[in-house]
Amino acid sequence: MDVEILARIQFAFTIGFHYIYPPLSIGLGLIMVVMEGTYLTTGNKIYETMTRFWTKIFALIFGIGVATGIVMEFEFGTNWATYSKYVGDVFGSALAAEGIFAFALESGFLGVLLFGWNRVTPKVHFIATLGVWLGSMFSAIWIVVANSWQQTPAGYHIVGEGLNARAEITDFWAMVFNPSSVDRIMHVWTGALIAGAFLVMSVHAYYILKVRYTELSEKAFKIALVAGVVFSMSQLITGHSSANGVSVNQPAKLAAFEGHFNTQQPADMYIFGWVDKKKQTVYGPKIPGGLSLLVHWDFDEPITGLNDIPKDKQPEAVNAVFQFYHLMIALGLFFIALTLFASFLWWRRRLFSFRWLMWVFVFSVMLPQLANEFGWFAAEIGRQPWVVYGQLRTSDALSANVNANQVMFSLIMFTLIYILLFLLFIYLLDRKIKAGPYDESKVEDRPFQSSIVQSQKEI
Amino acid sequence: MSTFLGMDYPTWWFLVVGALFSGYAILDGFDLGAGAWHLFLKDEKSRRIALNAVGPVWDGNEVWLVIGGGAMFAGFPVLYASLFSGMYILFMLFLAFLIFRAVSIEFRSKESMKWWTKLWDISYCISSVMLALLLGIVLGNVLNGIAIGPGYEFSGYWFEFLNPFAILVGITTLALFMMHGSIYLAMKTEGQLFTRVTGLVRNAIIFFVACYVIVTFYTLIFIPQLSDRLRQNPGLFIIPLLAFLSIANVPRLVSKGKFLMAFIFSSLTVSLLLILVAVELYPVLIVSSLDMQFNITIYNAASSDKSLGIMLAICAIGAPLVIIYTIFVYRTFWGKVKMDETSY
Repeated sequence: MDVEILARIQFAFTIGFHYIYPPLSIGLGLIMVVMEGTYLTTGNKIYETMTRFWTKIFALIFGIGVATGIVMEFEFGTNWATYSKYVGDVFGSALAAEGIFAFALESGFLGVLLFGWNRVTPKVHFIATLGVWLGSMFSAIWIVVANSWQQTPAGYHIVGEGLNARAEITDFWAMVFNPSSVDRIMHVWTGALIAGAFLVMSVHAYYILKVRYTELSEKAFKIALVAGVVFSMSQLITGHSSANGVSVNQPAKLAAFEGHFNTQQPADMYIFGWVDKKKQTVYGPKIPGGLSLLVHWDFDEPITGLNDIPKDKQPEAVNAVFQFYHLMIALGLFFIALTLFASFLWWRRRLFSFRWLMWVFVFSVMLPQLANEFGWFAAEIGRQPWVVYGQLRTSDALSANVNANQVMFSLIMFTLIYILLFLLFIYLLDRKIKAGPYDESKVEDRPFQSSIVQSQKEI
Repeated sequence: MSTFLGMDYPTWWFLVVGALFSGYAILDGFDLGAGAWHLFLKDEKSRRIALNAVGPVWDGNEVWLVIGGGAMFAGFPVLYASLFSGMYILFMLFLAFLIFRAVSIEFRSKESMKWWTKLWDISYCISSVMLALLLGIVLGNVLNGIAIGPGYEFSGYWFEFLNPFAILVGITTLALFMMHGSIYLAMKTEGQLFTRVTGLVRNAIIFFVACYVIVTFYTLIFIPQLSDRLRQNPGLFIIPLLAFLSIANVPRLVSKGKFLMAFIFSSLTVSLLLILVAVELYPVLIVSSLDMQFNITIYNAASSDKSLGIMLAICAIGAPLVIIYTIFVYRTFWGKVKMDETSY
């Protein structure tokens, strides 16, 4: 295999693995802030116990996020040296801001969050939790700004030619607020918050099913459910806004999203389908003119099709882009349905009455992860053949002096290490979940005395 | 070219990157060094305490590497691209050991089977040693020069990195970190383990001083051009002199039992040695062994003045904040290791 394909596989694999963790820290961070905030305002120990429990899981997620994040940082230089030289000047300020305002904040307070329970006052500890969460949110801003600049470059000019060409920044704020930044930050944040909510719901649904820590779990589940339903619904807005941005800024990507070839025809919207690129048709149930409606509020308005875009400026893997995009949407709609249904049951006071529903929540933990991954895949594959849209081709972005054997070596190495790392993650997560928020066999360990009375009241 | 307080922007950014890597070397230096001693501690309890001495901070220390690497990418993209793509294999191994080390710390105390803890003890110790060695080998090659050709691309082979000078610098780095780490452990332990660790400190100092002398003579004899700047500006001899005094001060303070002061002086030694490297190189960042015209310097590697200006402003705003809460975090965990339910 040639070096380009290997380097792309390695990048996709390492970033895909990394992207499991930061969204979880962002989403879980918010839920921990709410839990600990509730403890501070109500003084109810049970909220402290649940915050402590999730802190341990947060530490695990954060640790693997950092380890796999260092890999990403090195990989730009090792595998994509030409890209690094090209974008360094523009990304410089975003990276500096990320490092100093976000990542340092997050990591600095993490020590207090994890090990400071007995060393600082509850208020100071809460500030640390808040600092860690805000740090992770800020961190996402700068990373998404950099990636959005690759989708819709702005605030720069090109200096030099050929291999020595590079983009230099001319306007910092135009770079930060490039046309797709705000939409994509909102979309990524919301996706991360959904992922965190589903993780918390999954674990507590499991406890409820196993009749362990029932009072604590019901309280925690409700906190996460509020987040889950709010953010699943908001994702409709951020998603729509993002897609509109794509239609303006990256017509080739939008056409690939829906497998739209002919500009003259109104663009359809598929529920699901299969793209036959040779025959230029898509098989599957559709809303005729649906995409035109969504973009222009008019069923008949034309939308640029792939046939009107030069072959060397459109994504090769149209069907892959189509599938990832549609899977993401299907998952998003499922989150809305599920959390709305659960909220309805909560209103009818029957939230925890259906075992099957709890099982659905237990296993749904993976779905927001998949939706986040699929969304990125659609965004990144849809940007091809460009690494910087309209400016630098992926095939020109490689390291000139790195050969296929070296990349093969590192790809195998990362595959093995990441399998180990993933096993470690599952093993430790399982242990922490089995160990639970406190030792149930010891009465004095219980964070509250009212458990029996409380659960009788609910029945 | 824009200047601030009489210094151009690339030079300012050179100082920023230098300060970050110096911070990284001081901070991760002690936890890598402590890790390198791990197998020298024989009983389970000592190993757990030693692990918990670095437990709350090692992750935060590695953050300096992330930020330092980011600063290099941001300010000197050409350096970042050439160094990382040129030393591909070294950096890939570095990443592998970095992850293995993290995994070992996390796994070790989770099961109590003997083979289990032993396996992760060995893996923790070896990866700590290898990380220190690899950092030193990278530094050695940067000083010695690598085959940088047209377009500032590396055009050599990876085995050229394993030359005697680079390996010597690698071992010296390991020795320096082991000295630094043992002093940190002495600061953080008490009782029997403390007695054991103070013995290690003595050995570590001897190991480091021996390496340091060898590397100095090797440089003066085989790579004389590295000391050109000092010879031309005798005033700069103050730096190696201070480094020497700082090193000599370490065993003096250790014998008096003033481990905090000894730790400060071993930190100072780490920075002074890096300052010495910076002074010898400046404005070169990587020496080309092929031709001087391919040397990567702070000028041909730098981002535009506009970009550097924005970054310097960001740092000026952010750095005081970072310093304030870093101090806060370290104060929270001041003192000897106390095991509680949050320990490893």
